[in-house]
Amino acid sequence: MAKLRGTGIAAVNYPTGMNLGGDPSQALIHATTTGTFVISLSSTDLGQGLKTVIAQIGAETLGVPFENVLIDTADTDTGPHCMGTFASRATHRVGNAVIMAAKEARKVMLEVAAEELEASPDDLDTDGQGNIYVKGSPERKIDITSVALAAHFKYGRSISGRGMYIKPKSPVDPETGKMDPDSTEAHACVVAEVEVDTETGEVTVLSLKSAYEVGCQVNPALVREQIIGGAFMGMSHALYETTAPYYPSPDHAPGSFSEYVIPGPHELPHIESVVLEYPSVNGPYGVKGVGEMTANAPIPAIINAISNAIGVRLTEYPVTPEKILRALERSPKLKQPAQTGA
Amino acid sequence: MASRIVAFNLNGRDVEVMVKPLTTLQTVLREHLHLTATKSGCRQGGCGTCTVLVNGEPMLSCLLPVEDIAGQQVVTLEGITPVEGLHPIQQAFFDNYAIQCGYCSPGMIMIIKALLDRNPNPTRQEVMDAIAGNVCRCTGYESILRAAEDAARRLQSA
Ligand code: FES
Ligand code: FES
Repeated sequence: MAKLRGTGIAAVNYPTGMNLGGDPSQALIHATTTGTFVISLSSTDLGQGLKTVIAQIGAETLGVPFENVLIDTADTDTGPHCMGTFASRATHRVGNAVIMAAKEARKVMLEVAAEELEASPDDLDTDGQGNIYVKGSPERKIDITSVALAAHFKYGRSISGRGMYIKPKSPVDPETGKMDPDSTEAHACVVAEVEVDTETGEVTVLSLKSAYEVGCQVNPALVREQIIGGAFMGMSHALYETTAPYYPSPDHAPGSFSEYVIPGPHELPHIESVVLEYPSVNGPYGVKGVGEMTANAPIPAIINAISNAIGVRLTEYPVTPEKILRALERSPKLKQPAQTGA
Repeated sequence: MASRIVAFNLNGRDVEVMVKPLTTLQTVLREHLHLTATKSGCRQGGCGTCTVLVNGEPMLSCLLPVEDIAGQQVVTLEGITPVEGLHPIQQAFFDNYAIQCGYCSPGMIMIIKALLDRNPNPTRQEVMDAIAGNVCRCTGYESILRAAEDAARRLQSA
């Protein structure tokens, strides 16, 4: 028996958001008395890093240090509306809403600072280090905390802003079926290398190499970790995971966490990726989405690699050892010389 | 059956809890003592999020009746977290992006602590073997392996 190697490739276009007329996000920003900018959202951070990238986007637009921004995603009962974290939409949609809110809040912040510095708001700028200064004479400056205190206790103003992002519903052209279903599209291509053990039907994914075109990256390290985590999850779907029974009777369905097969660290393939940044026109700072697509393209790439290795086209996943052994019976690569009767 | 008092040492302090028979250490930690760093992923030994150290050995607290550890030393993630800052393994997780949703992290950190306590300079294979019973749904494990290796370096140079 042999170990067969194969290579497979798959590419994906991934839509960011779903423009079916009901997919808006909103954001509210206010400064506390001491100059912490609280960004209230109903969007959820599942671990993909939404809070981090939204704080980065908010800080950049406000012109304040990252540390001065606090993301509050506490409660969908009380927060501004958000449709949720899905379709790789959150950084794009929520980011746009936050930019709008931050611009409004920044305007108030500069107006208050202008009063304190006896200058015109148009002549002021932020240094990103926590100060507001008069353009051309950087020694005339005031720190954000002092501005926030003055706003609250001297001028009775709220340094705050409202933001929303909605893309109007795109109707379907009855003639052509044409519509505009998403906000922007990210792209990726994955090449998988596998080794198939023809005796056991086991597949080892040797490597997953990919190129991702995701618009501008707000946080390249988080993008990289999404790609690695997604590659692993894609491999898991391709080879292991299913809630359906392996045999016709539902009795054979995985009934608990311990029976639901997922791979572990030993199955981690070599993962390599390059990221290309083509800014999107309508994303915040050129962002597209990168979350969900990372788990998509590895699946067909791995299955194509298995097909390439064994010479039989496979169309259903997970590709379990049993499916491989059955397919191998049809494989031209394993045709044994016809046995002659003794 | 009647409740009884079980005494053990938790994170360096003696504690006593009143429990029904077969109450697990996980339930005692999370529900009686409100120490929720120890997670509850599956409650059947399949995920590793509930890993704690009992006399320095990693154990799944969801499978462990608290009566069985009477008089013994239990350490949870709370117990290794300093009042200020982070434990070197926690810091290594943070710096290597080894936390996404974070649900696996307490169990991962405890199992890696158990590994590094007995093997301060493990190979990648040894780290993989150690964490093989701990499920991570988010990271793809790579950052966790990196974090474990980084933590080993930090602890050795500390
Ligand atoms: S909760 Fe104990 S192993 Fe899952
Ligand atoms: S970080 Fe989410 S399960 Fe490991």
